[in-house]
Amino acid sequence: MLDPVLLSRMQFALTTIVHIIFPVMSMGLAPFIVYFTWRSLRTDKKVYEQLRQFWLRLFSISFVVGSVTGVVLEFEFGTNFAAFSTMSGSLLGGPVALEGMMAFFLESTFLGILVFGKDKVSDRTYFLSSILVAVGSWLSAVWILMANSWMQTPRGYDIVMQNGHRIVKLIDPVAAYLNPRFPWMFVHMQNAAVLSIAVFIAGISAYHLLKDTEEKEFWRKSMKIGVIVLLVSAPFQVIQGDAYTRHVYRSQPEKFAAMEGVYHNSTDVGLYLFAAPSDPNQLTNLSARNLTGIEVPGMASFMASGYTNSSARIQGLDSFKGSPPVAIVFWGFRFMVALGMWFALLSLWSLYLIYKGDLFSSERLKKAFMYSTVLGFIGVEIGWMVTEVGRQPWTIQGILLTKNAVTPGLSGAHALLTLTGFAGGYLLLLGLFIYVVVKQIKNGVPEVDE
Amino acid sequence: MAVEHLFGMPLPEIWFMLVFFLLAMFLALDGFDFGVGMLFLTRRKLEEKEEFMSAIGPLWDGNEVWIVVFGGALFAVFPSVYGSIFGSNYLLVFGILFALTLRSLAPEFFKDRDSRLWRKAWGAAFVTGSFFAPFILGMFLDNWLTGTPSIGISDIVFGSLIVMLSLVEGAGFLLVKTRDELREEVRGYCMYILAVFLLLYIPSMIYLQRVLALDMKLSLAVLMMLPLASTSLATYLVHSESYGRGFYIIESLAFEMVALFAYILYPVIDPLTGTTVTQAAVPPLELNIMTVSALGLIPLILVYFLVLYPIFSGKVEDENYEEVE
Repeated sequence: MLDPVLLSRMQFALTTIVHIIFPVMSMGLAPFIVYFTWRSLRTDKKVYEQLRQFWLRLFSISFVVGSVTGVVLEFEFGTNFAAFSTMSGSLLGGPVALEGMMAFFLESTFLGILVFGKDKVSDRTYFLSSILVAVGSWLSAVWILMANSWMQTPRGYDIVMQNGHRIVKLIDPVAAYLNPRFPWMFVHMQNAAVLSIAVFIAGISAYHLLKDTEEKEFWRKSMKIGVIVLLVSAPFQVIQGDAYTRHVYRSQPEKFAAMEGVYHNSTDVGLYLFAAPSDPNQLTNLSARNLTGIEVPGMASFMASGYTNSSARIQGLDSFKGSPPVAIVFWGFRFMVALGMWFALLSLWSLYLIYKGDLFSSERLKKAFMYSTVLGFIGVEIGWMVTEVGRQPWTIQGILLTKNAVTPGLSGAHALLTLTGFAGGYLLLLGLFIYVVVKQIKNGVPEVDE
Repeated sequence: MAVEHLFGMPLPEIWFMLVFFLLAMFLALDGFDFGVGMLFLTRRKLEEKEEFMSAIGPLWDGNEVWIVVFGGALFAVFPSVYGSIFGSNYLLVFGILFALTLRSLAPEFFKDRDSRLWRKAWGAAFVTGSFFAPFILGMFLDNWLTGTPSIGISDIVFGSLIVMLSLVEGAGFLLVKTRDELREEVRGYCMYILAVFLLLYIPSMIYLQRVLALDMKLSLAVLMMLPLASTSLATYLVHSESYGRGFYIIESLAFEMVALFAYILYPVIDPLTGTTVTQAAVPPLELNIMTVSALGLIPLILVYFLVLYPIFSGKVEDENYEEVE
């Protein structure tokens, strides 16, 4: 009845889904904070000092909430997934420990100076602190994604027995840690964070411009900066994402098959834009077969081959041991791609208006940005669901099944208790976070002395 | 190719000490944050409450990272122990996390709304989190040392010891950060807490010796006595208004207590399963990678703290600690 495996998975899913919002916020904001700090120290223009203060406050609150929710994830490896920890700690523990030692300390100590020490240190030290905080937040992603990429496409290891446990033993550190998946993931994630924040900044600015508040200059400047960053990051995300998907096709074919809903090994595979089970009784079955829908013939094969061969062969889910709940991966992938396209469209639209001479001339664009404010975050959430659900039923692809990763002898009642606690507590936490952020956004421009 | 010894000591033993060094750093640094959080309860005036919160404002975040790194190091070097002690003390670990969350959010949100009820709620969260984090950590350490994941009297004893340790650290820290009447008041608390700590420490050690049937060798006796000496010295220093030195001596208590803990544990690292340090350590290649990384990084981390602390070393009331709004 109370299945500790299911409850642990639900808890990990919940705690990760909530956690990832905050790193996206801090990693995405980090380069903006460095830029605002630099400009505010270098020029007399008060707008940069206002921008710095406004966004630093959101950065610091995201960092605090991100760190408390992040510790939970690390400790859950031990509490809920002890079998996973025991088996893979020798290989995965390194990156996790290094994240703390190399990234987290850097970020948290220098954030103290950034938030509280403006009047206590020289401008040079202050600017350096902003860079170190940014480096720290990005280094966190390096280590975490290094660990995660190994779980997707494990390399450079051997399975041995140690002290009665089956463990993963490191054989080739370069192959394991500089996993082929790692650069794809890192670039995709970091650009997603920057893109999300660019949209966030532009969206909030558009809201204030639409409201016709005073301080037009501040919000125009702010929206312009968001849009400029979007002009680069949005098209890049689409192009890189396309190539990344081909990397998944080659290195983790079972996930690719789920993303495209391909069950049998086949050539000339079409790309479904929309699909549903042909048997209505199967509508709620996440792994329903016999899909019908709107299909672009040969397109999935064509894209997987790198736009050379529309009859490229795609391995179907049937040829693998176990498959994920296909519908989540299939639809998640489509939603993510659609959001990516939407951001690219927003950037093209903005570019067109800039070319015509005035970015702020269209009310419709401002509205589009305003309604898109949090869409970047949604994109990241869905993207991670594709990645993590797409690896199921494995926790470490091909090595450790999720059902075997959970703490042996974990009590279902305990797991239920903590899951309920997290459900309530995190709802409250999210509510508080949104309350504080919205309040700050509504308060508008911080006052600074000229 | 892989090195198995460093400074004449096997790498697993070095990491055993390093893991506990990380824990001691957490208890020494975040410990005083907890103490300040508990002493917050004694403040009635809003300025004084804010003064207490500001005293740890720029510091607690970095201090808390030590427990993250402690967990990370345990995961990386003794993975089966990490799984075993975290898995068997499931509810306690989440208790610590919950308390840490309350404590961490409170200073962030306290000033966000000008409402009495709001501040009251966050003040309560600050105190509750600062009390339960060390208390449950003490229970967790007791279960680890005795290898019993159930909750009994010794959990209460251990929990109270870590709470008293945090309290005395917090009082010592505030002595350095405050002045005049407020400092006089804190000094009174500090002397009182030191006395209670002693009163609690002596019977707990006797109890511990009984429960674990410890063989009272000279080295163990000396380790057990060290905190007594430090507490007496700290009492003298605080009494003679030598606060800076007093605080250092108080901080050394955390290291002495953790050293005692590790000493009693060794050569076993997980009494629940009877696993020894050598059995639990990861293979040599992994150990080497971790050792090289730690040798480079831990000194660097200490440098960060040596940069951070002096910047915020003044009295709280003189500081323009006002956060950007």
